[in-house]
Amino acid sequence: MAQLTRKDLTGFLARQGILVAFALFMIGFALANQRFLDVDNVFGVIRSSAILGIMALGVTFVVIGGNLDLSVGSMMSFSTIVVLDLHDKLGPTLAIPAMFALTMGLGAFIGFLVGYLKLNSLIVTLGMLSAIHGLTLTWSGGKNMDIADKEGTWFSVFGQGSVAGIPVPILMFAGLAVVLSLLLTKTPFGRKVYAVGGNGTAATFSGVPRARVVFQTYLISSFCVAMAGLMQASRSLGSQNTVGQGMELEVLAAVILGGASLLGGSGTIFKTVIGVLILGFIQNGLLLVGLEFYVQYVVTWVIIILAVWLDIAAKRGRLWSPIA
Amino acid sequence: MTDQTPALRLEGIVKTFPGVRALDDVSFAVLPGEVHALMGENGAGKSTLMKVLGGIHQPDTGQIFIAEQPTVMTSPLQAKAQGVVFIHQELSLADELSVAENIFLGELPRKSLGRVDWQALYDTTDAILKTLNVGFDARTRVGDLSIANQQMVEIARALTVDPRAVIFDEPTASLTDAEKVVLFDVIADLKGRGVGIIYISHRMEEIFKITDRISVLRDGQYRGTLETAQTDEDEVTQLMIGRSLDLSRNASHHEMGDVAIEVRDLSCGKLYQDVSFSVRRGEVVGFYGLVGAGRTEIAETIFGLRNPSAGSILLDGQEVRINSPVEAIRHGISLVPEDRKGQGLVLSMNCRDNMTLPQVDDLTAGPFVSDGAEVAIFDQYRDKLDIRTPGWRQLVGNLSGGNQQKIVIGKWLSMHPSVLIVDEPTRGIDVGSKSEIHNLIRGLAAQGYAVIVISSEMPEVLHVSDRIVAMYHGRVMREFTSEEVSEDSLIQAISGIESDQVA
Amino acid sequence: MKREALLKQGAIWAFILVELVFFSVAGEYLSVSDKAFMDFDNMLLLLKQSAPIGIIALGMTIIMINGNIDLSVGATFALSAIVLLDSMTWPFMQALGGWSVPLAWLLALGTGVVLGAINGLIVWKTGVDAFIVTLGSMLGYRGLVFMYNGEQPTSHLNWDLVDFAEAQILGLHTATWFLLGVALFLWLLMTKTVHGRNAYAIGNNREAAVNAGIRVGPHFLINFMLIGFLASLSAVVFYSESGSVNPNDGMLYELWAITAVVLGGTKLTGGYGSIISTLGGVIAIQLLRKGLGHIGADTETVNLVIGLILIAVLFLDRQLNRKGKEELKT
Repeated sequence: MAQLTRKDLTGFLARQGILVAFALFMIGFALANQRFLDVDNVFGVIRSSAILGIMALGVTFVVIGGNLDLSVGSMMSFSTIVVLDLHDKLGPTLAIPAMFALTMGLGAFIGFLVGYLKLNSLIVTLGMLSAIHGLTLTWSGGKNMDIADKEGTWFSVFGQGSVAGIPVPILMFAGLAVVLSLLLTKTPFGRKVYAVGGNGTAATFSGVPRARVVFQTYLISSFCVAMAGLMQASRSLGSQNTVGQGMELEVLAAVILGGASLLGGSGTIFKTVIGVLILGFIQNGLLLVGLEFYVQYVVTWVIIILAVWLDIAAKRGRLWSPIA
Repeated sequence: MTDQTPALRLEGIVKTFPGVRALDDVSFAVLPGEVHALMGENGAGKSTLMKVLGGIHQPDTGQIFIAEQPTVMTSPLQAKAQGVVFIHQELSLADELSVAENIFLGELPRKSLGRVDWQALYDTTDAILKTLNVGFDARTRVGDLSIANQQMVEIARALTVDPRAVIFDEPTASLTDAEKVVLFDVIADLKGRGVGIIYISHRMEEIFKITDRISVLRDGQYRGTLETAQTDEDEVTQLMIGRSLDLSRNASHHEMGDVAIEVRDLSCGKLYQDVSFSVRRGEVVGFYGLVGAGRTEIAETIFGLRNPSAGSILLDGQEVRINSPVEAIRHGISLVPEDRKGQGLVLSMNCRDNMTLPQVDDLTAGPFVSDGAEVAIFDQYRDKLDIRTPGWRQLVGNLSGGNQQKIVIGKWLSMHPSVLIVDEPTRGIDVGSKSEIHNLIRGLAAQGYAVIVISSEMPEVLHVSDRIVAMYHGRVMREFTSEEVSEDSLIQAISGIESDQVA
Repeated sequence: MKREALLKQGAIWAFILVELVFFSVAGEYLSVSDKAFMDFDNMLLLLKQSAPIGIIALGMTIIMINGNIDLSVGATFALSAIVLLDSMTWPFMQALGGWSVPLAWLLALGTGVVLGAINGLIVWKTGVDAFIVTLGSMLGYRGLVFMYNGEQPTSHLNWDLVDFAEAQILGLHTATWFLLGVALFLWLLMTKTVHGRNAYAIGNNREAAVNAGIRVGPHFLINFMLIGFLASLSAVVFYSESGSVNPNDGMLYELWAITAVVLGGTKLTGGYGSIISTLGGVIAIQLLRKGLGHIGADTETVNLVIGLILIAVLFLDRQLNRKGKEELKT
């Protein structure tokens, strides 16, 4: 009986360990610093996590579908630069849809290569990371991109505005999370994403059009990147070409931290949001207790390894790997 | 011959798994210089016995003797050190490496500084290869070899130790006739060296050609050993199938309808050629043949997973082109695939979601999947098929094989197909569930489904089919009605023996 | 069949040849400088500039042949560089005078080996996929880089070192010698030693290797230590000359290294690949970089071209390996 409860406990920890860890973190920091759970501070954290978070939402679809997306960082730079450039050329009303079309065109191209041509997603998106970076530099001529009239545009609303006291980035992040969560858990499409990632062959044998589903996950990912780019551009109204550089791996870290398996078929939007918030609050909490921002990298490292390790240890029923 | 010391002897081996007595008091002995066939239907316990021999499973009781020394096997590696070597059906070679490196995998000869002693490696390997009389050398990349030659590499690997017993598991499954001759020469040579050989195969023809004695397993039990020279195929078949089994033919008593599906001269490259057959509503047609005979590939073609190179498929008299499973499903074709876990189910999803996967697009209320509609379908087929699961939320990976298979069958029945193809419906399923699934298939025919059953188990094919198509090497050898079929003629047909006589 | 192998091995060199011809010819018409592209000094410089990523890419090859991947090399590179430069300013090191240089080198190289060993041990003992382990340590090691000296650059110029790094021995730069030396060493390791052959076997068919009694874990560990060593060797060679390291240095090196390895034909799934072809991949990328500059293309197009070439290589490889029309369409 005692054994059973212990097993139940490890099972629970394996499934919900990341939530438990998150709760412990929050309690710990709240005790260490009064300001940690202030509304202002919490809003601040979510707001600054929103860009990374929105990208992570899209990548969650790709990862559940059994693939990787390393191109989101440079794609985000691309959409930021493009929308800033077009803002002054076409005006914001046209610039935004144009940027979404271009970004999602890139996503469609990746989706075509990975879904229909069945090329390895790691290499394809690695290649696209580089190619899109080149595209961005070509577009901008290597220079920073700035909006000429920073005071006189309503464009800043996506990054800097607020509605009813809640910053717009938080609203967009939350809204997108809810919509995508519904898409993933409640619609036929979401079901197919899980099926394709869980067992692509069985999905095909069940009449699920695997190539199309994979294609669509990349479309969603690029849509989210476009959102993130919009927010980034709107927040700063000017940008370097490398604004999203390196974010692909941080995004992936958040998704993995949320418990999505790189093999596909598991993960949820909710858990990804938790993963994003953990990263955000760790950074914030460490800052509040007086540590530099980069300490979070080390903490993140430890947490990621522990989270994934405990997850697979629970599945195989032993802590240490059977590798001889 | 009988007073020789056996090379390998098993005594009273018992192995049980939860719910199954896989091996029940199995004893037999292999003499040095003997080719000893081990026969039995699928599921008779041959592979479990081999796993016990290789130390992958430990027997509950019983003892293994090598040269009459009691021995405990702990791993294939350790078994090899004891002189017991396996030549597996699925080759385990590193195909990017050379022949020599594969043969000495894990025990490459060393020089100073951890260097490989290539000279010694190639010399030893070439010496071994020479005794096997093969047409490639030690430096050849394994990936460049034919399957038959890769098998020779496996055999050569066995010869790096001084083997007492070599076990061949279905070695001819993917060999051409010419390649078989070479393999049999090698076996004869091993035999001449005094090695005891266990030869597992379904192919009677080969068994009678090369073995000295035949031991038969049935339902995990040892059924006796026959001297090959003093027996015939009938006696072996009898021992394998047994008279106790329900061999009642199930010719349909109900009326049959029109032809639901007809296949004309269908070919797919080298996989199968000129296959023609038809299935009527209310009829079960069994496809019987050895692994690799092309049966599954035909099913996959009909289901839109392979492009035929020639021929046509007609549904209700209309020729159709089926390019994907999506189109096959639209045409009312369903396939319960052979590999339940690999192709039939998404193990990480729950029972209900697996069952409704092909029609999830149609089970919506607004943009969302309708929970109620899904659960209704699940409940209906859970009751109909008597699926035992704590609830629909259960991950399908946690169910028993029989219940998993019922989920897959339920998935396709709920689509109300007009043609249902079932590939190896009872593989790896316990005896109780087996007969349930057989009854289910009969029941479906009675309801007017056109059913194709692919099976490697003769009793199953005999039991469920109205007609049986026997295949050999990608071709239809004969078609039998349930009245005219006999076990002998069926076994002969799938072993490639042409026969005009009606049994 | 032998021809096919030759084709695979030769493809990258043929590509390099095409690049050379293309840039030489195109350079005649488009070049912004008067110098010929095939200029000897230019080629020597090219080799030297290939060295930092090249040394890492060579190490990545053995990791990938082994069936793993290492995303943390860029951070290892930066941390080793900091240890190299900073350790020379420690009082006791300065007291050693001339001996401080080799000791600093040893400390930096040791740092790389330790970081690699940490990755290797985690992969071995926890069974977590190397992609995730090194994704984590890529962040973690970068964090250590920042913790060392904040966001400030770490600088220390040692003129002996600079002289050494800028020297040309038998016409080749020091860095080039290191690149070629590492290539030779790894080539010997992978083709001549039991460890190398076992690494191939493990990547090719892990189950078969395990069944044959090969111990997978120690091979993983050794290879991760080796790539850690090479990442720090790359840092040592590069920063001996430059003398100043920013905390963001080495970012994206892992991706460049993987690109070079894949261009060289090494399989992502492991078991196949060659050190020499990776060297080809490294040179091909650097040629492209220089060549595009030579014909007046913006340097930014390099990224675009390399990315597309990588995808094209993948596509061609897939087309060549198709099993024909009978294939199961899943």
